[in-house]
Amino acid sequence: MGLVVSVFSGFVLCFFAPLINKLAKNLCGKLLALLPLSLCIYYLTFIPMVSKNGSKLLSYPWIPSLGINLSFNIDGLSLLFAIVICGMGTFILLYSDGYLAGHKQLGRFYVSLLAFMASMLGVVLSDNVFTIFMFWELTSLSSYFLIGFNHEKESAQKAALQALLVTGFGGLAMLAGLILLSITSGHTEISTLVLNASSIQQHTLLLPILILILLGAFTKSAQFPFHFWLPNAMEAPTPVSAYLHSSTMVKVGIYFMARVSPIFSGTNEWMVIVTTVGAITMLISAYLAIRQTILKKILAYSTICALGIMTLLLGIGGSLGATAAVGFLFGHALYKGALFMVAGTIDHETGERDITKLGGLRRYMPITATGGIMAALSMAGIIPFLGFIGKESLYTATLHTNNYSVLLSLVSILANVAFVVVSGMVVYDTFYRDEQTTPKNPHEAPWTMWLGPLFLGVMGLILGLVPGLIGHSLIGPAASAIIGRPIDLHFVLWHGFNLELGLTAITLISGFALYIYKAKVLSLLGPLEVILSYGPLKFYDLLINGMLSLASSQTKLLQHGYLRLYILVTAIVGSCLVWPHLISHFGVFDFEGWHDIHTNEVIVILLICVGAIMTFTVKSRMAAIISLGVVGYGVGLVFILFSAPDLAMTQFIIETLNVVLFMLAFYHLPTYEVTTHPTNKIMNIVVSVSFGAMAAVLVLVALHVQLFESIASFFGKYSLSRAHGHNIVNVILVDFRGFDTLGEITVLSVAGIGAYALLKLKMTEREEIEGVNK
Amino acid sequence: MEIELALTIGLLYGGGLYMMLQRNIIKLILGVSLLGHGTNLLIFTAAGLTRSWPPIIAKTATAANENLADPLPQALILTAIVIGFALTAFILVLFQRAYTVLGTSDTDDMRATDR
Repeated sequence: MGLVVSVFSGFVLCFFAPLINKLAKNLCGKLLALLPLSLCIYYLTFIPMVSKNGSKLLSYPWIPSLGINLSFNIDGLSLLFAIVICGMGTFILLYSDGYLAGHKQLGRFYVSLLAFMASMLGVVLSDNVFTIFMFWELTSLSSYFLIGFNHEKESAQKAALQALLVTGFGGLAMLAGLILLSITSGHTEISTLVLNASSIQQHTLLLPILILILLGAFTKSAQFPFHFWLPNAMEAPTPVSAYLHSSTMVKVGIYFMARVSPIFSGTNEWMVIVTTVGAITMLISAYLAIRQTILKKILAYSTICALGIMTLLLGIGGSLGATAAVGFLFGHALYKGALFMVAGTIDHETGERDITKLGGLRRYMPITATGGIMAALSMAGIIPFLGFIGKESLYTATLHTNNYSVLLSLVSILANVAFVVVSGMVVYDTFYRDEQTTPKNPHEAPWTMWLGPLFLGVMGLILGLVPGLIGHSLIGPAASAIIGRPIDLHFVLWHGFNLELGLTAITLISGFALYIYKAKVLSLLGPLEVILSYGPLKFYDLLINGMLSLASSQTKLLQHGYLRLYILVTAIVGSCLVWPHLISHFGVFDFEGWHDIHTNEVIVILLICVGAIMTFTVKSRMAAIISLGVVGYGVGLVFILFSAPDLAMTQFIIETLNVVLFMLAFYHLPTYEVTTHPTNKIMNIVVSVSFGAMAAVLVLVALHVQLFESIASFFGKYSLSRAHGHNIVNVILVDFRGFDTLGEITVLSVAGIGAYALLKLKMTEREEIEGVNK
Repeated sequence: MEIELALTIGLLYGGGLYMMLQRNIIKLILGVSLLGHGTNLLIFTAAGLTRSWPPIIAKTATAANENLADPLPQALILTAIVIGFALTAFILVLFQRAYTVLGTSDTDDMRATDR
């Protein structure tokens, strides 16, 4: 039960965040940080259970008809993520408190941030794949609000939408994959799917399932070719980048790959796809990272590179791959979160984010600098920081894999060389070198902003020195969860003098060299720019712009605003739909009965026809109105001649009212000045003639086609006995179909009220002016 | 007789649509009215014509005679006539209002909402 409460507490609290923000003012962030802090402590209590490779499963029926349960499972992997999410969440809330102090919409920010944190916990603690998917989409949604937090900025709007579209696309693909998976295996819980891994691996649909699920993971974790959304998402306020785009949300793709790896790893498809995508991502982003000069962009690309490394390690799999992935992930969460916060602090306190315009800041912000430098040392993989262990275990994994070991090791070295360079760029360029003038006078940040980086930086050192603190309690159980069996853990600082240490030395030396000669190397690599400018971002833009222009052109085509053309199209489509049916019935009627007509009927019909022709031919409005009246009275006469006295009565009254109404409005009505262009006229005549002919033939066909038995006899039979009325038409209106008449009266009143309101409506000043101008 | 009425209905339909296709709003209203008359007659004729047997039960009878005209289409048309009047009255006022506010009687100039 505690697990469920821990997931949903964030959702509950987020609704109260604006209120707390209003009441507590500057204390709000600090108060809200108590939630993730207490959740973090709560999750730490699971360590004894998990370190024995145990797990705890809770399940509540949710949509039993679809076999979807609200089930939560906590094992090593979930626990590691939950602790990272809550631990980082605590510092991020504190950091936001300082970074966004006094922002008008701070309350809204906390709502999205808390909702995001709760969704993240939901993803990592759920056991049902569809529940995971639901929380997964919630993280996309809340991150949309967080990236677009500065919603007045167009670039923020675009970046938020881009992130949502890319991850949303992946999410949908993943949903399709999960549905396929649940259909083919008959299970929807991860814990039972793992037990059926071998039957899934032999299924013919393995490849489609795998590709669809991986699309979700790759888009979320910004793997090539979907990596482009992450650097753009740096439009978000820095606390968001530090939280979502370095330590948590982008790792959720990694989490899911790790989660399903006991199901799929061991198949060739998994190994090839995951490893290749990871390696390509590493190479591209390593290059892209070192050519940036904006602090947050450098960090964003290096994050993509780190995500590539984790993907690669999950592809390699086995106990070495899993241990390295978890160790690297944990180390990365610590140092990258810290570096993002440091980058935000520098931006916040100096007003400058370009590393070429920064320098010598360690004198002004010593505490931030300490945290930042320690994080950077960890990132560069220097002994004795946690990053060193992560890098060593990466090399161990690539060196011991059976396929393409040399190639993968080489790629890993290149990525780590880039990390060394990035570390230098992020801390040496900013905190050392000569001082530069910045838009704001630099000074130390408030404690809320330096506490996070300092703590994370120090943790990187402590855990590096004493890896045993997390080894068997967190890393081991998490790695066991990834490979699906308990592992024999090697997670220590010193391995002795071996090949990995040699590679580390090579990495560091090449890193330093590259840092010094960066400009020269980049200019040598200049031709690459041309290729990269045709990247997937171009394709994305093309797709979006294409869709928008398609939508606008079809709207222009269909919704042009010309009323007469709407009517024309309606009439043409209507005729085209009706004519084929009429033609198929051409045989059913004949013209035999034409002479069955009395003289008075001939006169009435002539009256109607002359009136109608007059109505649409005369040049005077008055004559047209009178002609229309003639048609109306003629129709009334037809009703009299053919046994419909009630209709005739109504028709005469209404027609009189109609003519009176037209005459009343006559004074206010425009004249006939507008004439139609001749080419349109021919078109109009053709369509009108066809439409009229359709109506005439329809009448003749309808006379001879009886689709259903008439219900007229019912009314005749019961009109007197049940409703006590002799006039059957009246009885139908007020009794048998009384509610229809009530509806009719309502329509009449609404039309009356509408007409009255329009007549009485006072024009606004603007309308008056516009009217006068016309 | 039905054939002659059918042709009349065709004329009302064609003429009504032709007027509705004009740009002038007065013609549009007149066209709608013509089409309305045509439709009432269409239902009336298509249901079958009966001379001099109105659907009224004789004072002495207990149920309707077999020969009586079909009362159902008549009830439908009665409703249609009244609704048609409401429609005409409303669009007349609406168009008059549009004419005063926009200063034009040309529907081609009334496209602001769709652009």
